[in-house]
Parts: sequence; C-alpha cells; structure tokens
Amino acid sequence: MSFSKERLLELYKSMVTIRTFEETAAELFANGEIPGFVHLYSGEEATAVGVISQLEPQDYIASTHRGHGHLVARGGDVALMFAELFGRQTGYCKGKGGSMHIADMSLGFLGANGIVGAGLPLAAGAAFACKYQNNNGVAVCFFGDGASNRATFHEALNIASIWKLPVIFVCENNMYGISMSQERHQNITDVADRASAYGIPGISVDGNELFAVYEAAEEAIRRARQGEGPTLMECKTYRYRGHFEGDATVYRCEEELQSWKLKDPINRVKKRMIEMGVFSEEENQAIWAEVKTIVQKGVDFAKNSPLPDEAELVEDVYCD
Amino acid sequence: MPEMTYSEAINAALREEMQRDPKVYILGEDVGIFGGCFGVTKGLFEEFGPGRVIDTPISETAIIGTSVGAAAAGLRPVPEIMFMDFMAVCLDEVFNQAAKMRYMFGGRAKIPMTVRTVCGAGFGAAAQHSQSLEAWFTHIPGLKVVMPSTPADAKGLLISAIRDNNPVMFIEHKVLYGTSGPVPEGEYTIPLGKADIKREGKDVTIVATSMMVHKALAAAETLAAEGIEVEIVDPRTILPLDKDTILQSVAKTGKLVIVEEAVKFGGFGGEIAAIVTEEAFDLLDAPIKRIGAPFVPVPFSPVLENAYIPSAGSIVNTVKSLG
Repeated sequence: MSFSKERLLELYKSMVTIRTFEETAAELFANGEIPGFVHLYSGEEATAVGVISQLEPQDYIASTHRGHGHLVARGGDVALMFAELFGRQTGYCKGKGGSMHIADMSLGFLGANGIVGAGLPLAAGAAFACKYQNNNGVAVCFFGDGASNRATFHEALNIASIWKLPVIFVCENNMYGISMSQERHQNITDVADRASAYGIPGISVDGNELFAVYEAAEEAIRRARQGEGPTLMECKTYRYRGHFEGDATVYRCEEELQSWKLKDPINRVKKRMIEMGVFSEEENQAIWAEVKTIVQKGVDFAKNSPLPDEAELVEDVYCD
Repeated sequence: MPEMTYSEAINAALREEMQRDPKVYILGEDVGIFGGCFGVTKGLFEEFGPGRVIDTPISETAIIGTSVGAAAAGLRPVPEIMFMDFMAVCLDEVFNQAAKMRYMFGGRAKIPMTVRTVCGAGFGAAAQHSQSLEAWFTHIPGLKVVMPSTPADAKGLLISAIRDNNPVMFIEHKVLYGTSGPVPEGEYTIPLGKADIKREGKDVTIVATSMMVHKALAAAETLAAEGIEVEIVDPRTILPLDKDTILQSVAKTGKLVIVEEAVKFGGFGGEIAAIVTEEAFDLLDAPIKRIGAPFVPVPFSPVLENAYIPSAGSIVNTVKSLG
C-alpha cells in the first residue's frame, strides 16, 4: 500500500470529521438539544474510513444504529446530518428519520437502521442488484458483534455465499452488544471464524489501525468486484461512549476504556503521518480547526432550519 | 376471453411482466426447477433461466431482506413466501424495513417489491400452513395488501402490484388455485384500491374477501330463492381500501354483513365495520354482522377444519337474522 500525501490527508480528515461530529453531537445531546436516541461512533473511525474510502459511486452501504461515521466517511453532508438529528425540515430525511434512520440514496447509503442485524440481508440484496445489472458495484454492510448472533447474519452470509454476491460484511466488533460483553454473548473470540461455516474468507483485523482495515477491505472489495463473492471482515474496535448517550456503562470499567484510548485510531494515524513527514503538529492542529468550523457551520445550519410543518406528518408514506 | 385457472392467471401475469420488464425477477423456495409448491411458477424457470427465477435456500428472512435491498437499489423483485404462516419469520423485513424506508428517509426511497404468499384453510394443512393473517399487514403504514378472489382479478391485480412502486403483499388462496374463470389476454391491469361488485342486490350488502367471496356467492343463490337479494362487494385490495364502494352499497341496502376467513377477533372485518359505523351510521337499518373464524388455531381433522371455515350456510343464517 502506498498513499499520496493528499490521499493520507483525505483519510485523516475523514476520521477527524467523524470524531468531531460525534463529540459535538454528544454535547448537544447532553444539553437537551437533540431528541430521541443517539449512538455515537467515537473510537471506531478507522473502520468506517478504512473501508468506505475505497468505494465507488455505484456502490452501496447498509449501516447500523451507530451510523453517523459511515455516512461521514461516504461524504455525507454534516449540515444535513445535524439537521436530521435536530428533527428539522432540512434534514436528510426531513426530520422523519432522526439519527437512527439517516439515509442518502444518492450516495448509495441505504440507511442507518434501528433493527440490529437488519442491514445484512439488505446489503446482500443491493449486491444482488449490482450483480443482476452487471454494473460492477459492490455493497458493504456494517454490523456489530451483537448482530452476528442474529438469524439475519446467518441467512445473509449463506445466501451471499451461494449466489457469490459482491458484498463485504464488515463486523465492527466493539466487544459489546449494549451491555453484553462478547464473552457473554458468543462462544468465540473472532467473529470472522464464522465465515468458514459459509465457505467464504473471514479475516480479523485491528479495527483501530486504519491501514490494517484498509488493506483487508481492499482485498475484500477486489474479490467482490471480480465476482469471487463475499468476505466476512472483522474489525476489532471499541466505542468510547456508551451504547447510547446517557448509558452509564456499568458493564465495563474505566481501565478498559483507557486501555483502548491508548490505541486511539486517529492518534495512531497522526503519529504515523508525522513520522512519515506528511504533516507537522501545526498542520494537524489546522486540520482539526478546519473540521471544527465545518461541523459548527452544520450545527448552525441545523439550529437555524425550520421545523417540519405538521402537514408533513402524513406525507411520504406511499410512492406514486 | 379464454378460461384459465387462478394459478394459471398468476403464472401469466408473472410471465408477461417478466417479458415486459427485465428488472422483474422472482425468487423463493422451490419456485424454479420445482415450479413452486403449488405449481404456480411452472415453466418460468425454463423460459427465463436461473438468473431471474431463483431457487432460494429455506431462508425467508434472506428472501425478503435481499428483495428489499434489491428493490431499494432499483430492481422489482417478486419474492414468494410459500405459506403465509411463514411470514412470521420475515416480518422485520416487511414491517420495519420495506414498509417504512420511504417514510423514514423523508420520501427519498422506493421499494417496488411484491411479496406473493398463500393463505387459507381447506387443505388439511393444519395450524401452521392455513392461516389468513392479512390483518397484520393492514396495520402497517407503507404496505399495500391485495387479496384476489378470481382468476381475472388475480392477473389484473398482480400486474398492477408488480408495477406499483410500493411494497405489496399479494395474498393468494390455496383453495382457489384450481378454480377457473375468464381472464383477459395480454395487457390487463386492475387498479389497486378499487373494489368490485361481484353480485348486485338491493336487500343486504355482503363485504367478503378472497375465498369468502365464493361462499358469499353460494349463499346469495340460496337467499335469492327465498326472495332476498344480496349485493356482494369484493374489496380485492384491503389496503388501500375502497371505502366508497362499500358505503355506496350500504346506502342502497341499509344492511351489512362482513365475511372473512381470518379469526374474527381482531380481524380486518372489524375495521370495515368501524368505518361504516363511524362514517355512515345513519344508513344502517340493522346492526352490522361479522362472520369469521373462531378464536382457535386452524385444526387438522377435516371435520374440525370444516367447522372452522365460515360456511355459506352461516352466511345465509346471518343474513336472514337481519330480518
């Protein structure tokens, strides 16, 4: 793998945008400015960026309840995202979806999803559509370790394997399904082991190491595009925040959180880029400042946007 | 107009739509080489090949889930769920995904998927292969629900369902597969949401769905011999529901009997009764009567199954009880 300086900066900036978006959302939620549930992605940025940065315009993504990072990595508009979180008319879904249902069909982003594990068959279906239309597209599905116990996981992997679908199943193993630690919810340590049950490649990587994720995704995407079928890719990572904002995280300890923060995905890329001479600490600071401005503009846009008209309530149920 | 069975009419609709639109494909358990558990998809595998008539593993969740994903990505899947009872293992994909994606995404998605499935008792297939669960689906905004009772309706409604840009539950009745009737050839569509008057009459309105239309028609013959002329309204599509045709008929007769094969308690007939009561109470000369199955699972023994299914005799007695 060799990257141009521009490419490295692009990947880094994408990760920084996700972190900034999420930490800003956390603050807004704590202030009572965002209704409903939000599930934040801080700590898992390398996974979204390592995979999604390699996709083409015709490709599809099925996301999760913890989906902001995936959409940011796909180039989603943070202003439209915040407007959706705020339930505004200008949001991605006109305020009808909220954090858990943000979608952008124009980016092939088939939505965050409030049902754990629901994305796997949807992504397999989108991959089927790519194959059926022979358009060289692929689909990526993100899901957690918890979702790997659902029937959707097993049915989707099986059907994708027999149909040789161009799909990449990316398990973001953040070690917990809400409060259930992986050791309590499944009798394996590597979700990737389950690939062998479907006769497809399974690979487990350090999900906090951007380049490890990137390399594994590159091969999985290559296989998919060349008609070699699906791959199960597991990225071991950790969510810094609770399952949802407001979660007291009684099921895990501070030491565990701190040990993962030492492996912070953004810091690791930053360190490597400084070592490589891609940028200086000053330039790094400038990137964070630039991203902060963009994110703040998004928040301002959202706050200044109109709320939906009540007449909107009954619109968009059916399509003509 | 040629005579066709209900099954052949559905087959013709599938064939014609697949010939017309390359985005249409069918998938399901044993729909390909085997020709479908009830033979409905016979010959399609040979004509369109394994790329468009797709045998799936026993994976209802994946059948519907991949269909939803493919529909969101621009195709027009027509998945088959072999028995309606099996919808219970893929309801998330219908209720929480297909039905809601458009709304959740602010109108920026469409899911043109037609789920074909089979309801109904009468085959001795017992509790897990005989239910009429249509009411479940009518409770979910975003879905359309179609229940054809004749071969012509089956063809015209299925073509419309496949061309519709929303997820449609197309509910066939297994006892009707072998029944025959005239079916228009070629391009033939019936708009979703338009009821049909299967028999005109002035004394009592009977709203009946699917197989119950035929029970009502049989009852109408008996009643006519006794001088009672019933009007039979077949909604054909229960979501959206053609309220106007029902209300117009009730305006004429002043009496309403609703017949459904589903368990009466919580059944869709209750919704029709509520609508007529709310919107046209003054038109009624007698209380609305509902006929449906008792509150039990569908039994196996033919004696019990027969007692379970609403009969023409019970329709006759109910109509007469209105005086």
